[in-house]
Amino acid sequence: MSINKKKHSTDWDESVAEKILQEKKGVPGALLPILHALQEKFGYIAPEFVPTVAQALNLSRAEVHGVISFYHDYRQTPPGRQVIKICRAEACQSMAGRNLENHAKQKLDVEYHGTTPSGDYTLEPVYCLGNCACAPAMMVDDKLYGRVTPEKFDALLDKKGKAS
Amino acid sequence: MKVYVPHDASSLSLGADEVAEAFKKNTAAGIVRNGSCGLYWLEPMIEIENGKDRLAYGPVTAEDVPSILKQGRAHPLCLGPIGEIKALKIQNRLTFARCGVIEALSIDDYKAQGGFKGLENARKCSPQEIVNAVKESGLRGRGGAAFPTGIKWQTVLDCKAGQKYIVCNADEGDSGTFADRMIMEGDPFSLIEGMMIAGLAVGATQGYIYLRSEYPNAYKIFRQAIEIAYKHGYLGDGFDLELRVGAGAYICGEETALLESLEGKRGVIRYKPPLPAIKGLFGQPTVVNNVITLATVPFILAKGAEAYQKCGAGKSRGTLTIQLAGNIKRPGLYELDFGIALKELLYDIGGGTATGRPVKTVQCGGPLGAYLHESQFDLPVTYEDFAGQKAMVGHGGIVVFDDTVNMAEQARYAMEFCAVESCGKCTPCRIGSVRGTEVIEKIIAGEKPEMHRKLLEDLCATMLDGSLCAMGGLTPYPVLSALKFWPEDFGLAPERKAA
Repeated sequence: MSINKKKHSTDWDESVAEKILQEKKGVPGALLPILHALQEKFGYIAPEFVPTVAQALNLSRAEVHGVISFYHDYRQTPPGRQVIKICRAEACQSMAGRNLENHAKQKLDVEYHGTTPSGDYTLEPVYCLGNCACAPAMMVDDKLYGRVTPEKFDALLDKKGKAS
Repeated sequence: MKVYVPHDASSLSLGADEVAEAFKKNTAAGIVRNGSCGLYWLEPMIEIENGKDRLAYGPVTAEDVPSILKQGRAHPLCLGPIGEIKALKIQNRLTFARCGVIEALSIDDYKAQGGFKGLENARKCSPQEIVNAVKESGLRGRGGAAFPTGIKWQTVLDCKAGQKYIVCNADEGDSGTFADRMIMEGDPFSLIEGMMIAGLAVGATQGYIYLRSEYPNAYKIFRQAIEIAYKHGYLGDGFDLELRVGAGAYICGEETALLESLEGKRGVIRYKPPLPAIKGLFGQPTVVNNVITLATVPFILAKGAEAYQKCGAGKSRGTLTIQLAGNIKRPGLYELDFGIALKELLYDIGGGTATGRPVKTVQCGGPLGAYLHESQFDLPVTYEDFAGQKAMVGHGGIVVFDDTVNMAEQARYAMEFCAVESCGKCTPCRIGSVRGTEVIEKIIAGEKPEMHRKLLEDLCATMLDGSLCAMGGLTPYPVLSALKFWPEDFGLAPERKAA
C-alpha cells in the first residue's frame, strides 16, 4: 500500500508473501489488508500468487482478481522506483492543475500509468489529495507537495535526480 | 519556550518539517507538533509560546527561523496572538475548538481542553438518553447526505443483535474538502471519543475507521492516537477500534460500498433497503457516520444539545465546517453557523480569487455538486436553501474558479470522473458516464451541437432518475448547471427561456 511506504524490494518472494498471508488471513474482511501488506512489501501483487490468496480465504480466483483490478491502488507489475501522483480534481484544476499535468507528462515523457524507460518514475493520476487549499498538489511516494508550479516540479525532479 | 509547528499534511506540503528542523538546530526550545488552524494561506504557520504569550508567525520558511528567533514580535512575519487573527475570530469553533491549539497526540492536552467530558457524561446516561441528546442537537450527517444522526442511531439502538458496529467514514474523496483529514491530524482523540460515545449509545463494541489511502499522514498520526488511547485504557475496555485503509476508489465514500470494501470485497454499492443501520457491516446493525459528525458528538454530550442546537438557521442546526479551496486568496477551514451568505464567504472572508481575476463560478459539495453562477451567490449556506437551487452543501467544500475556466471542459470532466470511478453496478452510471463524456466532446467539437445538447439533457435525466446511488444520480448536476448558465462555453446559443 502507499501508506508508510518503505523502499520495497521488487523481487517477489513466495515464502515472505505466504507469511504475510498467514499473519493477516484471520482478521475480519482480510482481503484488502492482505493485498495492502503484499503491495507494501513488494510494490505490487504478483498475479501468480492470486490462487494462493483465494484458497486461504476460501474465495474464487475471480473474486480476488476482481478486487485487485477494482481498486486503483493495486498493481500487478512492479512500479518505477518512485511513484508520482498528480491531482486531477477540481480544486487543483482551478489553480492551473491541468498545466501541471501536461508538464509532468511532457517532462517525464510518459502518459498516466506509464513508467519512464529508466525505471525511475511511474506517473499516476489521483483524484484529490486533500491539499485543496494549497493547490495544485502532487505526491511523490508518500510525500505531499502543495502549490506546485511546473518550475517547482522540475526543481524537485532535479533534486531527486542528484540525490539518487 | 515552546514552538508549535503543525504536522498537518498541507503544512508539511509547504515545508513544515524543514521549519521544525530549523528550530531544532537554532534553539533548545521544545518542538510541539499540533494540527493546522486551517488558515492555509499563512501555512506553515508556527507559534512561539513564551511565558504567557503565544505568538503566531506565517508563512514561515526554514530560512526565516534564525531571524524570527532574534527579532520576536518585531519580525515582519509576526501575526500576533492567534486568537486576534480576524479569520479565526469570526468563527464559531465547536468541532474544531482544539484543532491547531493542542499538541495533537497529547492525551493530557486533550483532557485539559475539555476532552473526554462528553464521554464522562455519556457514561452517566442511558443509551436512550444519549440518542435523545444527539436528536435534540439537530446534528445531521456531515458527510454530505445530511441525514439526522440521532434518528440513525435510534434505528441501530432499537435493533436486537449480538454484535453491532460503529463505522467511521473517513473516505473524504470530494475535491475541495479536507476537514476530516485536519481533525484526524489535529485533534484525533475527538474522533475516538465520538466513536466511543456512539458505541455506548447503540450498544456497539467494535468500531472501524475507513480512511482513504491518499492520506498517509493522517494514517500515521491517527494510528498513533489509537495506540495512545489503548495505552491509557480508553479503548479496549468495552470498545475496540481499528483503522482500515481504502485503496483509491472514490465510490467507497458511499456507505454501502464502504461496507463492502471493509468486508474485503470490491467497493460495489448495495441495494437499499435494507439500511446499514439494520443490516450493515457483516450483516449486523451498523452506524455509519462521517468523521466530522462523530467528532462533533463529544461537544454535544459535554455542553448539552441546546448549546449546539441554538446555532444555525432553519433546519440546518449547529455549525458547518466550511472549506474554502481552489482559486481563493484566503483558503482554509472556516467553522461557522449555518446561514452565512455564499457571497460573504467568497469575498469578505475568502478575499476573492488568488489570481485576482473575477470569480466565475464555485462548485459546492464536491465533484457531484452543481456549479453555481454569480446570480446565486446571495444564497445562504443551509441544506435547504442549496437543495432549492439543485445545489449541494455536501461535506462543506467550496471550490472557487476564476473567469479563465471553461465550463464545457468542467462538464466533460464531471462525466469522465464518473466513468473512472463508477462501481459499475447500475447501467445509467456505468454506461451513461462514458456516453456523456462522448456527447459533450461532440458538442465542444461543434458536431450537431443542438441535437447533442438534447441528447445530453435526456441522458442526464436518465442518470438522475435511474442510478442506484449518488454517484450516477448527482453527476448530472455539475453538467446541467454548466450547460444552463454557460452555454456559450459549449459553443451553444443561450436558451431562450433563460434569457
